[in-house]
Amino acid sequence: MRIRVLVSYKDSVLDPQGQTVRNALLTMDYNFVKNVRQGKVFEIEIEDLSDEKIKQVIPELADKVLANPIIEKFTWEIIE
Amino acid sequence: MSKLRFGVVVFPGSNCDHDTFHVLKDVCGQNTFYLWHKDHDLNNADCVILPGGFSYGDYLRSGAIAKFSPLMKELQEFAHEGGLVLGICNGFQMLLELGLLPGAMLRNKNLKFLCEHVHLKIENDQTPFTNQGQKNRVLRIPIAHFDGNYYASPDIIEDIIANGQIVFRYADREGQITEVANVNGSVENIAGLVNKQRNVLGMMPHPERASESLLGSDDGRIIFKSIIHHFTNS
Repeated sequence: MRIRVLVSYKDSVLDPQGQTVRNALLTMDYNFVKNVRQGKVFEIEIEDLSDEKIKQVIPELADKVLANPIIEKFTWEIIE
Repeated sequence: MSKLRFGVVVFPGSNCDHDTFHVLKDVCGQNTFYLWHKDHDLNNADCVILPGGFSYGDYLRSGAIAKFSPLMKELQEFAHEGGLVLGICNGFQMLLELGLLPGAMLRNKNLKFLCEHVHLKIENDQTPFTNQGQKNRVLRIPIAHFDGNYYASPDIIEDIIANGQIVFRYADREGQITEVANVNGSVENIAGLVNKQRNVLGMMPHPERASESLLGSDDGRIIFKSIIHHFTNS
C-alpha cells in the first residue's frame, strides 16, 4: 500500500517561499494566480493494514514526525 | 572551586561543536567533553550544550531528526529535573522540536542564509545564562542561519512575554528594537528565550563565535561566564 501525506503551513503562518513563487508566476504574466502555498509531499510505502489501523497510525506519524503541529497541518490519502 | 562539567552534544552534521568545546575548555578553563548523540549517558554534566550546525543535513525540518536521537531521552529528563541546557542555533531549533521551548522556526523572511554580526538587547538578566550581563545591555554576536524566523501563536507570545521568557531581542546598536534590526523576521524580534523554569535557553546567535576579542567581539562570553557564576553562587 502507498499513502500520500501532504504537509503545508497553517493558514495563519506566513509562507515567504510560496509568496516568492507567486511573485515569479505573476512576473511571467500568469495574472490569474491569486496565491501560492508551498508544502511537502511524502509517499510512504507500507505493509497492508486494516482501514482502522491506517486511520490510527498515519495521522499519528504525521503529527509526531512529518509535520510540526505548531506551524504545519497535514492531509493524507491512500493512493494505491 | 572545582571545575564545572560541560557536555557538548555531537550529532552528524554538527559544525560548531569544536568552537564551543574550545571556548569552554581553553577560554573558560572548564572541564569539557563531547557527548555522542547515540549514547545514553550525559556523563554527569552540569550543563549540556546543543551546538550549532546542520544536524542530519536539516532534512525534514531543522532539528527535526535530531529530536529522535537516543541521547535526547536523557536530555529531556535532565532538563525536566532542572539541569542547565543551552541550545545554540541548530541547538535552539532542536529545543523547539523537542518541545522544551515553545514555538517553531520558519525560513528567514528574506529567504536568505544570514551570516553576519547582529546586535542583541538583553531583556532578562535574571537567568543562569545572563546573570553577568545587565538588562538593556547591547551585545554584538554573529548569526549564521537559514531558519531563524521565530514563530509562535499570539497566545503563546503573550504567555512568553508575561513570564519574562524573552532573553535576547534583535536590536540596533543603541538597543532600539526596530523592524530593520529584525534581520530574520522573528515575532517580537526574539533572538533567544528561556523556559518558564529558566534552566533551558535557546538562542540563534553564536556566543561561541564571539568569546575572544581577537575574533572581533567577546560579548558572547557573558553567557558562558553567567553559567559558571550560576554554579559558583548556588
